[in-house]
Amino acid sequence: MNLTVNGVAHEVESSPLTPLLDVLREELGITGPKAGCHQGGCGACTVLVDGEPRRSCLMPVGYVDSGAITTVEGLGPPEDLSPIQQAFIHHYAAQCGFCTSGMLLAGQAYIDRGGTDDDGAIQSALGGHVCRCTGYSKIVDAVAAAARGDSFDLTETAVGKHTTMATGGAE
Amino acid sequence: MATASVAMNAATEILMPGSEGEAIAAFGDGADVVVVGGGTIVVPEMTYRRLRPTRALMLGRAGLEGISRDGSRTTIGATTPVQALTELAAPLGPCASNIADLEIRAQATVGGNICAGAGNEAPRGDLQGAFLALGATVRSAGGGDVAEEALEEFLPKRRERLMLDVSFDEPSAGAFAALDRPHTHDYTALAVSGVRAADGTIRLAATGAGGWGTRLPSAEAAASDPEAAGQAALADVTPHDDAIASAWYRTKVLPVLVRRVLTELKESA
Repeated sequence: MNLTVNGVAHEVESSPLTPLLDVLREELGITGPKAGCHQGGCGACTVLVDGEPRRSCLMPVGYVDSGAITTVEGLGPPEDLSPIQQAFIHHYAAQCGFCTSGMLLAGQAYIDRGGTDDDGAIQSALGGHVCRCTGYSKIVDAVAAAARGDSFDLTETAVGKHTTMATGGAE
Repeated sequence: MATASVAMNAATEILMPGSEGEAIAAFGDGADVVVVGGGTIVVPEMTYRRLRPTRALMLGRAGLEGISRDGSRTTIGATTPVQALTELAAPLGPCASNIADLEIRAQATVGGNICAGAGNEAPRGDLQGAFLALGATVRSAGGGDVAEEALEEFLPKRRERLMLDVSFDEPSAGAFAALDRPHTHDYTALAVSGVRAADGTIRLAATGAGGWGTRLPSAEAAASDPEAAGQAALADVTPHDDAIASAWYRTKVLPVLVRRVLTELKESA
């Protein structure tokens, strides 16, 4: 089987029923997608398959043969972050970071579908993603900001709707 | 865990048919065959080693996907993703929208949802109630023959046959009500689907009130009085306890959902 991951073509040897997550992490060494619950309940493993968000832990790799996969590594490298990655930094939307790659990709897919900064629509789009730090408000704020096309000063942390104290950033 | 699952998968014979005919032939009499629709149920069962198939029939490329209409009859292929149903009229549309989240709905299939076995601690088959209310029929294969029968008759043998598609006549009205949930759950905790058929017949069915989808004949008989029908529905179900709702709570909520569905059907008359 063949997979294109973040624009790079790979030959895959795993059985067609192997979860895409295991192929990415174990066979190809791409560790952005996280193995949280490994049964579809948390969203930490979400990647884009031909642009659509999918739980990679549930997806048999045989169903995405010849497909194009985007992981968080494909959104933007550290020196050239994509707008949604910048939004997550500016809005302090990552705490432990374990859910972040899945949140970023689900959020990116939402924006790519023409999603707006409507909180309810964002919550619905991210509905299958669990943040055990419970940082949902700032995650929704960050996706909304990216959907609006805000620009982000990464030396400062945004004052959000739910901010109760200054958190880092330059004074 | 991941590496081990690769090794485990290697022992599984994979069948990936490219057409309905090939799928029927590959399924055979169904012995030792684990059917994989979208994979949302089977893949984690294998990951956690609760399931070790000798043969896996992967239907994703068998051409069993799609929604077609012939007059007033709608037919939905077994591997149609649940997400494709969300735009349909009630009860199917809202019932499908109530399942899991966007990513799961886009991968999970109608056939997998209808045919799922009992979960470890959860009922499955969110769509069964809606299709029962619609009076749906299922076309399935097994042992070389293809048969079409009422969903009620198919459900007890759904683990022994290969579902191909499900069909129903457009009702004159439909309604759906579910136990509200603050966030995504793995399964429908409790829901009621209702339909007024073209001939005026009212059909009601519950999901999550014990076992798989359940018709509510006592409630149907009392349908002219939504309040009474709600209470009557309790005679048709055996509610269960699980992590989301207790049996007691289900007995309190079911009459409310029946009443809401019947009221909505009345208002659409």
